Amino acid sequence: MREDRSGAVEVPSPIAVGGDFHASGRSSPGAAAGQPIIEFDRIAKVYRAADGRPVRAVDSVTATIAAGEFVSILGPSGCGKSTLMMMLAGLLSPSEGTIRFKGDVVTGPQDDFGIVFQDAVLFPWRDVLANVKLPGEVGGLSAAEQDERARRMIRMVGLEGFETKYPHELSGGMQQRVSIARALSLAPSLLVMDEPFGALDAMTREQMNLELQRISLESGTTTVFVTHSIPEAAFLSDRVFVMSGRPSTVREIVTIDTPRPRRIEEMNTDRFGTYVSRLRSLLDAKGEM
Amino acid sequence: MSTAVDELKSFKPVFTVPRSAPAIVTSLALILLWEVLVRVLDVPAFILPTPSAVVARVYTDLVSGFILPHFWLTFVEVVAGFIVAIAVGVGLGTAVALIPILDRMIYPILLAFQTIPKVAVAPLLIIWFGYGAHSKAIMAALIAFFPILVNVIVGLKTTDAQRILLMRALRAGPVQTYMKVRLPSMLPYLFAGLEVGIVFSLIGAIVGEFVGSSVGLGSLIIQRQAVVDVAGVFSVLAYLSIMGLVMSMAVKVVADRMTFWSRSQDIRSA
Repeated sequence: MREDRSGAVEVPSPIAVGGDFHASGRSSPGAAAGQPIIEFDRIAKVYRAADGRPVRAVDSVTATIAAGEFVSILGPSGCGKSTLMMMLAGLLSPSEGTIRFKGDVVTGPQDDFGIVFQDAVLFPWRDVLANVKLPGEVGGLSAAEQDERARRMIRMVGLEGFETKYPHELSGGMQQRVSIARALSLAPSLLVMDEPFGALDAMTREQMNLELQRISLESGTTTVFVTHSIPEAAFLSDRVFVMSGRPSTVREIVTIDTPRPRRIEEMNTDRFGTYVSRLRSLLDAKGEM
Repeated sequence: MSTAVDELKSFKPVFTVPRSAPAIVTSLALILLWEVLVRVLDVPAFILPTPSAVVARVYTDLVSGFILPHFWLTFVEVVAGFIVAIAVGVGLGTAVALIPILDRMIYPILLAFQTIPKVAVAPLLIIWFGYGAHSKAIMAALIAFFPILVNVIVGLKTTDAQRILLMRALRAGPVQTYMKVRLPSMLPYLFAGLEVGIVFSLIGAIVGEFVGSSVGLGSLIIQRQAVVDVAGVFSVLAYLSIMGLVMSMAVKVVADRMTFWSRSQDIRSA
């Protein structure tokens, strides 16, 4: 099974998707340029461990994310960054503090966001088109609208022609593209991604990073991207939230001051190397990773 | 001029052996052995008839139309029982799997109930539901529903948690989550249960007929046994196995269509 049809990656297709994205003219979403779409206010999450002792997984996270921003949450494995993401998605509730999304306190899953997990979590009994239609179906869109949106998203992630394929006929990278198309099918203002490329091989991962950059700029969607890959975070993000180990908190926020979109060659520049080593030293500060 | 490579490419095996061939050869050999032994040892026909005599009897049963009402009634009993078993198995299984309190209230009782040999209940069913087809269908349902129930419960309880999480993130209600995730996820388990259930259903109907009835393949066996018509009994057995085979194949065909994605996944990971 091939990863890509030739051309699917290179063609940054100027696609006329814009219409639906009410992108409010954010051509270059710089750090803290727009209104904050997300506000974390002293967020903490306390778990009860197997022996009954409370464990603070996440502690006193305070930060804001502006509309249109691409923010990575970078941290060692098991540092609670996924917990933070689940709280943002409304799938877990914080033990302390509040999260605001578009000004409203998050108390459950939001209307206006899309989510991508580490696994694609596609339904094997549905073909690509039907998988991407799922959010529209659940949300009660008309059949015509579901179909139109799904096809547009499939085109956007470069899978045109694969509509009637089933997940088991696709490679891991293609499955994750379907999952991204599904997450974006309702044109959400926030896209939350939990280590979406963690299970992919290095080559595919690099391609997917380029694709994601294009898609996120095209759609203008605010993206919160959880990863433990330093170069990935540095390449994709406007800002990187560097997390500490348990209890996890935002140790430092690093602004990657290079205009997006970035070309893959950017990774070879000194400037990029400086960002990477800065992020690494922040992660190493307590001997983690 | 054809090169050696072309020749290799155009090479097609003249004769391919179908996968079922060895089994067919074995069966034919055994039947032949049976025929020969009965003739050579001069076994009386009321003990063991020759296969040729059985085949002749199967033929006359069919062309005389004698077998048809019996075949039809047993068929109806099995199918009716099977349908009831599916309805009860899926309904109860869903309730037990998704409602924790029912799991603790009902499941232990079901397990205890399963230890009763249900064949032994057949006489009671005849008393309660009469000599007609009803008691046989109920017997069939009683035996067939348990494997279906167990598979439905296992299937629903092992639904991938991430799929459920995704549905929560999409703000799907419980009915949507059931219809779009739990039910399709459970189908491979359900069909595994159905493949066992259809065979059990046939057993149930025959046992019911043994205990008390005048029509049906089971009762025909009893009638022919009473007059030591052994070739006749074998003929009924042949019709029973045809019925069982066709029904199992029907379930498999439906299963393959509805769970093709599950099988292709298995093949892929193998």
